[in-house]
Amino acid sequence: MGKKHQTPLLDELKKGKWISFVREIERAAEKSERTEDLLGQVEESYRDKVNHWKHGGMAGVKGYGAGMVGRFSEFPEKYPGIKECHSMRIIPSAGFFYNSDFLRKLADISEKHAGGLLNFHGATGNIQILGMSQAEAEDAFQAIAELGFDLGGSGSDLRTPSCCAGQARCEFANYDTMKICHDLTEEYQDELHRPAFNYKFKFKFSGCANDCVASAARSDLAFIGTWKDKIKINQGEVKNYVQKFNVQKYVLDKCPTKCMWFEGDNLVIDDENCVKCMHCINEMPKALRAGDEKGASILIGAKAPLVTGPRMGMMLVPFYDINEDAKNDYEQLKALISNMWEFWDEFGVSRERIGELIGRVGLNTFLEGIGLEPMPEMVEHPRSNPFIKFTEEGEE
Amino acid sequence: MTDETKKKVEDKIVGLVKEYAGKKRFKPIDIVKEMEKEFASEGLTKDDIKGALKEIMDDEKLVYGYAGGSFLTLPENK
Ligand code: SF4
Ligand code: SF4
Repeated sequence: MGKKHQTPLLDELKKGKWISFVREIERAAEKSERTEDLLGQVEESYRDKVNHWKHGGMAGVKGYGAGMVGRFSEFPEKYPGIKECHSMRIIPSAGFFYNSDFLRKLADISEKHAGGLLNFHGATGNIQILGMSQAEAEDAFQAIAELGFDLGGSGSDLRTPSCCAGQARCEFANYDTMKICHDLTEEYQDELHRPAFNYKFKFKFSGCANDCVASAARSDLAFIGTWKDKIKINQGEVKNYVQKFNVQKYVLDKCPTKCMWFEGDNLVIDDENCVKCMHCINEMPKALRAGDEKGASILIGAKAPLVTGPRMGMMLVPFYDINEDAKNDYEQLKALISNMWEFWDEFGVSRERIGELIGRVGLNTFLEGIGLEPMPEMVEHPRSNPFIKFTEEGEE
Repeated sequence: MTDETKKKVEDKIVGLVKEYAGKKRFKPIDIVKEMEKEFASEGLTKDDIKGALKEIMDDEKLVYGYAGGSFLTLPENK
């Protein structure tokens, strides 16, 4: 069967040895007329260097204010199949584990109710079914619910919390990222499904400072695994690494706080000055391990560039004892979150993320508002502190 | 909150959205703040108002729309 739309620019993207999203869309288009139309419009986008979607509008399922992202074609007459081409967001399993039965059934739902295209997992962390019309949404949602899954966040709400695979797969995890991600997702169902905030709010959980879910850059409240006590050193393994590569050059010289050195053959770490960046542990995992007193640092206020430019998260709680708080159903954390949301509700303006609000009213006012004592560890980045003005020696 | 007060809050919210349909987009949070002030003398809390709003959405008297931020609007068939 001939192609419905000629796509010379997209065809270029099938060349080369790599997997091509164009080839995958073409495979889906063999069974779906709407996906054929999608190829036609994407070709026009490549030609015009602009996307041809109209965003927003009305797309959703009964009772939910979130979970569907509206996309409407700018050329509905030319590409009727994608007149409506919404994305349905589905909350992934924490750590992204699925069995093949679920994946097959999800693929069937996608083919039956949309364009046969799935996105695992977008920047939001959701599974997305792409190319759905409003008329199909309710039935697709019911089918997804029967599989035990639910819709994710979108709009001015709590976005789908996301976490790294943590203790399920990674030796570096300092806490059970999947557990807290799952628990808070359950706790904040209302905030996820009913947009009631000034703008979006994201939780992300990384088990260590390698930050595989980019929480420090992409979430309003980032939980990054850390430890309080000393890095454990196996001096024998250090010596083995010294035989294999230039430890001075690639580990010690790259420690951001220069808090490690050799005394004779022995590696010494000044743990007071270690910022738990993970660099040395990544380089010499057999020789160095995180300490035993594990928990997480909580950072606030990161966001991607939309609206007012990007921000990185700022240290809010240097050490949060997750395991202890989990025993009390996260009593401390929930109180903190509730105070922050109250303050943001009260003083935030439309489309203002919480980090921007803190920037506008000042950290002191924010901390006072949420009832948190200022601490010297509340730094914007290492060696900076919003409360203390450092001067050069001798300067007034 | 009594059923009677809840109905009053619901009618007020739906009435506002109807009255300004096509002229103003109400964010859920603005409606909640507005109703908190309006019904302060009757001792209603933010959670009461949020509860009333939830029922309005469940009954599909209003639906959510999105244009940069989420807003409340009338269902398309009304
Ligand atoms: S963030 Fe750390 S704990 Fe989580 S997967 Fe990455 S390296 Fe492992
Ligand atoms: S974790 Fe980072 S800061 Fe700490 S000793 Fe290792 S490299 Fe230095």
